[in-house]
Amino acid sequence: MSDQIPNKREETLGGYILHNVPFPRELNAETLALLKEMTPIQIEQPYSITYLHSYAQDSPFFAGLANKVFLGNRDPETGYTYATPRGHDMHTGNETGWVRLPDEGTVHAFTVCYFGSEEFLPETPFVLALIGFEGADTLFLARLVGVDPNQPSLDWIGMKVKARYLRNSKFKPTDVYFVPA
Amino acid sequence: MRTVYAISGGVSKFTKARPDKTFQAIVKEAYDYAIRDIGLEFRQFTELVDGSVVSYFSDHFTRQLMAGIMATDYLGLCPKPNHRVEGGGATGGICFQEAWKAVASGYMDVCVAYGFETMSHVETWKGNEFIALASDVSFDYPVGGFYSGYYAMMVTRHMKEFGTTVEQMAHVSVKNHINAYHNPYAQKRNRYTIQDVRNAPMVAWPLTRLDICVMSDGAAATILCSEEGLARLEAAGAQIPRPLVKVGGIGRGTDAMRMADRPHQSYDDFLRYNLLPHEDTAETRAYYKELWDKGFRYPGVHSFRAGRMGSKEAYKNAGITDPLKEIDFVELHDAYTSSEIQTYEDMGLCRYGEGGPFAVSGKAFMPGIDYGLDLPEEPVCPVNPSGGLIACGHPVGATGLMQAVFAIWQLQGTVGKHFDDDTLQVKNARRGAIHSHAGTGTYVTVSILERGE
Repeated sequence: MSDQIPNKREETLGGYILHNVPFPRELNAETLALLKEMTPIQIEQPYSITYLHSYAQDSPFFAGLANKVFLGNRDPETGYTYATPRGHDMHTGNETGWVRLPDEGTVHAFTVCYFGSEEFLPETPFVLALIGFEGADTLFLARLVGVDPNQPSLDWIGMKVKARYLRNSKFKPTDVYFVPA
Repeated sequence: MRTVYAISGGVSKFTKARPDKTFQAIVKEAYDYAIRDIGLEFRQFTELVDGSVVSYFSDHFTRQLMAGIMATDYLGLCPKPNHRVEGGGATGGICFQEAWKAVASGYMDVCVAYGFETMSHVETWKGNEFIALASDVSFDYPVGGFYSGYYAMMVTRHMKEFGTTVEQMAHVSVKNHINAYHNPYAQKRNRYTIQDVRNAPMVAWPLTRLDICVMSDGAAATILCSEEGLARLEAAGAQIPRPLVKVGGIGRGTDAMRMADRPHQSYDDFLRYNLLPHEDTAETRAYYKELWDKGFRYPGVHSFRAGRMGSKEAYKNAGITDPLKEIDFVELHDAYTSSEIQTYEDMGLCRYGEGGPFAVSGKAFMPGIDYGLDLPEEPVCPVNPSGGLIACGHPVGATGLMQAVFAIWQLQGTVGKHFDDDTLQVKNARRGAIHSHAGTGTYVTVSILERGE
C-alpha cells in the first residue's frame, strides 16, 4: 500500500533556478555567523484577481449613461440633490429618488495627471475635473476632454462644460465625460 | 480620563526599500530603541507592558493579511491584548490615540503602540494604484484613481478661491527638505530652492515631484503609561527623563470619502460648528462673512473639515484657545505641500484663505537655519521641524507614530541626543501638536503633547 503513495514531490519548471547557490561548504560557528552578512534573496509573488463588483442600488445611474442620460439622486423631503449617486441622504437618512440632471455643468476644480496609477499610466496626460450642476448640491468626478493638457490654466475653473457619452457603454463612470460647452 | 504619559519612542531609518529585513524585524528596530531609551532590557519590558496596539495601512503592500499579529508575536507580546488599527494615511495617528485610550480609560497602565509599512514591494505606480483604491471604486477610482491628482484638484480650487500660488507651496517643500537635512531618520535630506521645486517633473498640475511625499519602508513605536505604569516601570529600573511628557488631549474628525460629496455649508453653519474659539471675534467674523459673500462655501474641496474638527476637539481637551500662541511646534501631515498649507488653516494657525501668505511669512520655519529664502517674519511655531512626510517619507502605518516620537523628543529636549545634531531642537518646547491625515481628508487625528513642570 505505502508503495503506491508518492513520497516525493514532482519538480516543475518555472520560477527561479540558480545552481550552486553560494553557501558555506562546512557549517561551523564561524561560517554560520557569516550567514548574517548574506544579502537578501528577493522573489516575485504575482497576485491577480477578478472581482464581481455590483453597482447595486446605484445601477440605474449606469443604465442611464448607457442611454445617454445623466441621473442624480434627490432627497424627497429636503430636495438635497447628489450629482454622484447616493442611495440614502446623509442629513435625513431618507432613501433618495432618481432625478435627471442637466447635461451642462461647470468645472469646480481640476488637475492634469502627467503620471498616474499603473492602470491609468497609458492614458496620461489626462484631465480630472469635479463638475458642478445647476440644481445639484454635490459634484461629479469626470474626465475633461477638449482642453490642452499641456497648457493648464486656473481659468478652466468656472468653465461651462457639456456631457458627452461613449457610443458603447462600458458601465463605468467614464461612460460620460465633459467637453467645453 | 487618567493622565497619560508619552515616555519613549523609536523610529527605524525611513528609506525607499528595506529588503534586508522583514516588516516584523523593522518594527523591532523601533521597538527596541524605545525600550533601550528608558534603560530597560527586552525581557523586563515584556513583563511590564500590559498590551499593545499595532497599525499598518494596506494588506496589499505586503500581500499579507494579519500582518499586525505577526509583528506582535515577533516582539514577544503574545498572549497580551493587541489589536490592529487602520485608517488610511491617519493610521499611525489613530494607533497613537488608541493606545492613549487604553491607558486613559484604565484598561492598561503601560501600552506600546507601533506601526509600519513596507511599500517597496511593488513598483511606484502599482503602489499608487493600491493607494487610489482608498477612493470609491464605483465612482472615483475608475475615472483615473491617483491620489496626487485628487490633492491637486483640491489645491486648484484653493488657488482659485484664495489666490494661493505654486511659489507659496514650494516654500513648504524647501522648508521641510532643509529641516530634514539635520534629521538622520529622514529619507530625503536635500537642500532645494524654489526653482528646484518648480522645475521638478510635473506629476499632477500644479504639484511637482518635490511637492509630494515619497513612498517608504519604515516603522515607529511609542510607549505610553499611566501614573501607576510609570511607578511600575521605574520600580523596575526604568530611567524616564523629567520633566515628563504627557498627552494633553486628543481630537479626531471625519469627512465623506468622495470629495464630490463634501458639503458646501452656509456661513451660519460654519460659525455654529467649525469656528475656533480664537476666531470668534467681530473682525474675523466679518472676514469670513466677506468670503461667503464672494461665494466661498465650507469645506468644499479646498478645506479639510475633518482637520478642523480634530483640531477643535483636541484644543478643547487640552485647554488651548489660541493655537499659534500656545503651541510651540507642529508635526503635521504634509503628504503634499498644498495639504500643509490647507492644514495651517484647519488647525487655526491662520484663517481660512491665509495659508499661502502664512507659508511664506517665516512663522512656520525653524530659527537659526538658512533656507536661502527672504522671510519677512521671525519663526513663531515651527511646522514639521523633522522634515515632515515630504522629506522623512511616508511609510503609512508608521507616519503618525513617527510624529509622536519626534514630538516626545522635542518636549524632552533630547533631539540632539537622538539626531546627533541639535539644530532641529525647538528651544524650550513646552507644547506640541501632531496631526495625522487620511486621504482625502476623511480621517484626521490631532494629539497635543505637553512637557510637565
